[in-house]
Amino acid sequence: MEKKDLRQYWRENLKYLLGLLIIWFVVSYGCGILFVEELNTIRLGGFKLGFWFAQQGAIYVFVLLIYIYIRLMSKLDKKYGVDE
Amino acid sequence: MSAQEWIWLLVGLTFSLYIGIAIWSRANSTKEFYVAGGGVSPLANGLATAADWMSAASFISMAGLISFSGYDGSVYLMGWTGGYVLLALLLAPYLRKFGKFTVPDFIGDRYYSDIARTVAVFCALIISFTYIAGQMRGVGLVFSRYLEVDINTGVVVGMLIVLFYAVLGGMKGITYTQVAQYCVLIFAFMVPAIFISFQMTGNLIPQLGFGATGEDGIYLLDKLDGLQRELGFHEYTNGSKSTMDVFFITAALMIGTAGLPHVIVRFFTVKKVSDARKSAGWALLFIAILYTTAPAIAVFARINLIETVSNKKYEELPEWFGNWEVTGLLEFEDKNNDGLVQYVADVEENELKVDRDIMVLANPEIAKLPNWVIGLIAAGALAAALSTAAGLLLVISASVSHDLIKKIIKPNISEKGELIAARLSALVAVGLAGYFGIHPPGFVAATVALAFGLAAASFFPAIVLGIFYKRMNKEGAIAGMVVGVLLMLFYMTKFKFDWFGGGAKADWWFGISPEGFGTYAMLVNFTVSIIVSKFTPAPPKEVQEIVENIRIPSGAGKAHAH
Repeated sequence: MEKKDLRQYWRENLKYLLGLLIIWFVVSYGCGILFVEELNTIRLGGFKLGFWFAQQGAIYVFVLLIYIYIRLMSKLDKKYGVDE
Repeated sequence: MSAQEWIWLLVGLTFSLYIGIAIWSRANSTKEFYVAGGGVSPLANGLATAADWMSAASFISMAGLISFSGYDGSVYLMGWTGGYVLLALLLAPYLRKFGKFTVPDFIGDRYYSDIARTVAVFCALIISFTYIAGQMRGVGLVFSRYLEVDINTGVVVGMLIVLFYAVLGGMKGITYTQVAQYCVLIFAFMVPAIFISFQMTGNLIPQLGFGATGEDGIYLLDKLDGLQRELGFHEYTNGSKSTMDVFFITAALMIGTAGLPHVIVRFFTVKKVSDARKSAGWALLFIAILYTTAPAIAVFARINLIETVSNKKYEELPEWFGNWEVTGLLEFEDKNNDGLVQYVADVEENELKVDRDIMVLANPEIAKLPNWVIGLIAAGALAAALSTAAGLLLVISASVSHDLIKKIIKPNISEKGELIAARLSALVAVGLAGYFGIHPPGFVAATVALAFGLAAASFFPAIVLGIFYKRMNKEGAIAGMVVGVLLMLFYMTKFKFDWFGGGAKADWWFGISPEGFGTYAMLVNFTVSIIVSKFTPAPPKEVQEIVENIRIPSGAGKAHAH
């Protein structure tokens, strides 16, 4: 692969990483820890929302994030012809 | 059949399965021994990673831990799952592309230095030994509790089994036994959870059940908050730890998870880079099944326990209470001689001591489930402990035979010689782990948190910078790892073992507990690495080319044998 293409590929990869890691941070450290009390005033059935994020929601989002990453990267790999 | 017969039957069946798999998947080359030949499918690797990751602590202790700490227990749930996002996005694909056998391999080559390699080997060994001692103890405990043998006999039997398939099969044998062990442990964990969820809420899915209403029409969590308040405990859905501390502990566990060598090395076993990403996805999915069920079990067990014992006549307590009193996991002392069990937060008045492990182990009896479920729990707990012990054992043996002997001490050793060395070091490692299992040093429990802190403070920054910062050089990485690890060791030993003058909670730096300090030490590692690298020469051109190469997924080929 050309040097310029490599740089472009890497930059797009970093953009995805940044986006996904922001979500990762917001659902766990944000919803589950820093703003847990504010969210606890909202209810989701029998759960207080902040508590639910800390013990359930964050984990579901983590799984989802990895699967989104797999899809994004397999598209990106194809676009630059570096897939196998 | 009695519970005891079920236990023997199920444990016997699962053990013969593991041994059968071990014989079928013997390793014949170093590549098979270290990375299972590099041809494991992403699904199988995901299953194996999940079993490798979930130890006796996840299976037996975690639900109980959450049960007693409520919201505060979230640090384990988020901390031990969120790390997989970091692994999948920041480490696994690139390390797979790099394509060697161990974590010190990467550190040594990327930082073109045997000093860096040696520091990494040293870190890998301390992390894995602290971790494995706890596992062997777990095996011994389960044996003694369920099979009514002496704890030490239990440890020895566990040692022999692990030895058999780890030494014979290496990574190949371990991978396929771990796949079987995942199936056993998840089935064993879910069956009682589903039963109990249905009993208490009519909902078959525990993850939904603990947010549902019980027979009396009150939401379980509201009821539990009420019970806790009545008895003087903190509300279940609110924590008692400071927000700052919860933040730091969660981060230390997440980053530590991503830096644990026995987890990272699993991603060397797949065929190509995209498979490494996929298997991280599978692994977290399989882990999440247990980790989202554990908080539900915690709530069910807590309510069941309080309702069964609180203010009840001691004489009229169900049979399981007496069974577990014998093991010392439950202790009742009638302080005011009224014949009733007072279970309250106030230490002076509380009459009941409950060990947290009982929440999973005795759960089927408390909920009056059939005998075969009790046998299942025993087999599941053993699967969890054995699979993790085997994974750690492999890291220890590869660190010695590959990183130390082959790479540093005797580079011209033949493949056959290296394979013998690998098997011998596995043998010695099992022996040592077993010794610690039988004579547990007092610090075992305390140092499991240390293992995470150490991994966060040492490997994580060195690997991430090695991939994402081309300019990072050996001076920076070595300085960062050494400062990070020493700082972490200093803080842990100071506040956990009272070395260096000791200290109480009030003396914690910035109010961070030793469990959360890994996050701080990691930040220091990053800072030191970057500053030192700015003042020292850039890495050689070949190394910069390695970095460019690992950033492109194609051409990973098979794991090279050098």
